[in-house]
Amino acid sequence: MSPAAAATAAHATTAAAGNGHGFLSPTGVEIAFLLVGLVTLGAALVTVTTRQLVHAALWLVVALGGLAVEYLLLTAEFIAWVQVLIYVGSVVVLLLFGLMLTRAPIGRSPDADSGNRWAALVVAAAAAGALVWVVVDAFRTTWIDLDGPAAGTTRVTGQSLFQNWVLPFEALSVLLLAALVGAIVLSRKATAETTPDTPAAAGAPGDKEGAR
Amino acid sequence: MNDALDVALRLLAVFVVFLTFPLIVGQTEHKVMAHMQGRLGPMYAGGFHGWAQLIADGVKFAQKEDVVPAGADRRVFQLAPAVALLPYLLVLLAIPIGPGEGAVGQVLDAGVFFVLAVMGVGVLGSLMAGWASANKFSLLGGLRTAAQLLAYELPMLLAAASVAMAAGTVSLPGILHAFHWWWLPWQIVGAIVFFVAGLAELQRPPFDMPVADSEIIFGAYTEYTGLRFALFLLAEYAGIVVLCGLTTVLFLGGWHGPWGADGLGWVWTLLKTALLAFVVIWLRVTYPRLREDQLQKLSWTLLVPLSLAQIALTGIVKVVIS
Repeated sequence: MSPAAAATAAHATTAAAGNGHGFLSPTGVEIAFLLVGLVTLGAALVTVTTRQLVHAALWLVVALGGLAVEYLLLTAEFIAWVQVLIYVGSVVVLLLFGLMLTRAPIGRSPDADSGNRWAALVVAAAAAGALVWVVVDAFRTTWIDLDGPAAGTTRVTGQSLFQNWVLPFEALSVLLLAALVGAIVLSRKATAETTPDTPAAAGAPGDKEGAR
Repeated sequence: MNDALDVALRLLAVFVVFLTFPLIVGQTEHKVMAHMQGRLGPMYAGGFHGWAQLIADGVKFAQKEDVVPAGADRRVFQLAPAVALLPYLLVLLAIPIGPGEGAVGQVLDAGVFFVLAVMGVGVLGSLMAGWASANKFSLLGGLRTAAQLLAYELPMLLAAASVAMAAGTVSLPGILHAFHWWWLPWQIVGAIVFFVAGLAELQRPPFDMPVADSEIIFGAYTEYTGLRFALFLLAEYAGIVVLCGLTTVLFLGGWHGPWGADGLGWVWTLLKTALLAFVVIWLRVTYPRLREDQLQKLSWTLLVPLSLAQIALTGIVKVVIS
């Protein structure tokens, strides 16, 4: 959407939603949105700066949960719960599982640091700047009418997903399927290569394979 | 003012349910297990059939010293029981026990997603406990918990998705409004998958590998004492209430019953939930613990394909009847 069209659309929405909005007289929801946003940002910063690996994962839970609350405040209920289900419930659990399996000492990890931290900071700042710029440019002064019909219910989300965005949705699902098949192929290949190398120890992995 | 009072009353009611129902399940477990194993069980406290045993247990837990191991990560260790328990309180808010606005804590548009998402968060408590205890048994228990959750979350979600497809909505009261008696045979496979996967998520026997006492003492909860340990136990029993309530609402028709006047729907919900809770206890007494590999195999090679087949069946029937 070109900036001009976005501005026109935003202007129309503003007119429809009423003109009583201003930055100097925020409503309760806006204040809550801002506060939760600050908490989320703080948690995200701690996540990338803390030296304690598992604490980083737990702060990530706070950041992701804060995002879910922001979605809720923007009336996108469905997206909010999916966020909790996928990210807090599964991705973080997977992350913690991996951390516990490898190395997650209690206290500081001396090697939880990277020489690339400045490059990472630059990339992160650039990505954040680009995202903020795009979002601000696209929506300008659009206001969500909280008293009207909810704009992010499951029904609305489902209709827009399966009427307007079917092709991207299907393409994404094929992509995920390919990733899944690829992961299985890679893991199977690894075991096939290691088994002949260690004929003496072939009994143990073989038993394991049979038990699975 | 009236709205505020209404909200306060609802929250109070849910909180009372949250405090009493798990204890009732716990007491029932004492008695049912004792009878099934041909023994008496606790019989002294309170006089009549040891009814006050749970209260005595509670007093005992409250009196014990709250110990945090020296090597533990204090804050995470102390926070873990709350993370394990609170999600079930939140889930109870969304479970309807009767028709009408008055019989549910809060009507949510995406109820199924809400309950499954928030239930999954409870497992984080076990993981935090397992890691923060600075104990190898605890860490093993945490690892097993995580592996179990990852394996059983998928069939549970798929089974719930099948019901949502059948009803055409993801709102829990909406699913019940769309319910007909013939959904029972139609969704029976999904119901069994959901219930079994839920049992595994709660780490109840026969899926109690993460707390297997003969191998790793008490898994992630080994180092806990006093009230924090009691909170973990309470989370387990609250989880039973939530799982049975959810299975009732999603698969067994909730407030619908073969007979009964209007206004008695909540009796049906409670009856079905109680029956399922009895089954949970029964399974604990009956089946031996599954080994870790058997546990994973059951999920990936049996429950996931079954739930996918259920979704296919739901889709076919849905297209045929519409």
